[in-house]
Amino acid sequence: MFKLLEPNKIFQITSKAPGYVLFLFVVVLTVGLTEALILSPEDYKQSDAVRIMYVHVPSAWISLGIFSSITLLSVSGFIFKNKNLFLIAKSLAPSGFVFNIIALVTGSIWGKPTWGTWWAWDARITSMLILALFFALYLIAWRIYEKEEKVFKITAFITIIGIINVPITKYSVEWWNTLHQPASINILSKSSIHSSMLFPLLIMTAAFALFSLLIFLMKYNTELIKIKNKGLDRL
Amino acid sequence: MIELLFMNGYGVYVLSAFGFTLLSFSGLYVITKLQFAKEQNKFVAKFGSLNSDKANSAKLQRINKEILANATNN
Repeated sequence: MFKLLEPNKIFQITSKAPGYVLFLFVVVLTVGLTEALILSPEDYKQSDAVRIMYVHVPSAWISLGIFSSITLLSVSGFIFKNKNLFLIAKSLAPSGFVFNIIALVTGSIWGKPTWGTWWAWDARITSMLILALFFALYLIAWRIYEKEEKVFKITAFITIIGIINVPITKYSVEWWNTLHQPASINILSKSSIHSSMLFPLLIMTAAFALFSLLIFLMKYNTELIKIKNKGLDRL
Repeated sequence: MIELLFMNGYGVYVLSAFGFTLLSFSGLYVITKLQFAKEQNKFVAKFGSLNSDKANSAKLQRINKEILANATNN
């Protein structure tokens, strides 16, 4: 299976894909923004402030998803001794970090009109801040350490410790009394959000996922060329 | 139009949240694109400085050919 993940084979696809993904992202984002800012209804309690949800929630979902993927890839890279899995994880991290920051900043902007404060040391917000610190540590580790073996070990360690924070973030609203409301969208049971709001939310999530795919592809190609540059030095 | 931007008094919050998101997207895209272009240019320059034997042996790797082809297309 890992033969399919060989950089030489992957590059044939990843080098051509960004153009198509960018086009698709612009189309989906345009539809999403129209739905989120114009067509979707205002909330009976929060009025138009609810529209912040369409950027805040997808960002939080994607940053949590990316951190979980990075952990899985790093651990698998360690178990199967596959360097490419570490490279894929490294290429996912920048967009995960940016989505985490977007979730924190837009959450803070949303907090002011709904809770009356820009920031509160609420369990959900604090655990998202901790996640951002783990993302930052992960990215810094790749910059500091040059020896492959060392950086693989350290980044895998950071993700294993950091992944403990992911379920805490997810279930913080159920475990503690927080300013955040419980989840409105459930995969296994009926969601409490109305379809007129769920639809734009899902479109924006798709747009954000496409953006993270785009950044991943560009970053992964950059990393592959970096490796090839080192290869040319050795010739 | 003004009503659309005003959003019952929440326009400043909503638009700044969306604005920050789109600005972050643009920033990340530009930085990633510049990093990619930098590495690609470095590769082309290094490849150009190789003698013909080394260049031919490097060209045996398909990925090197792809990188060069992409660099010429951009």
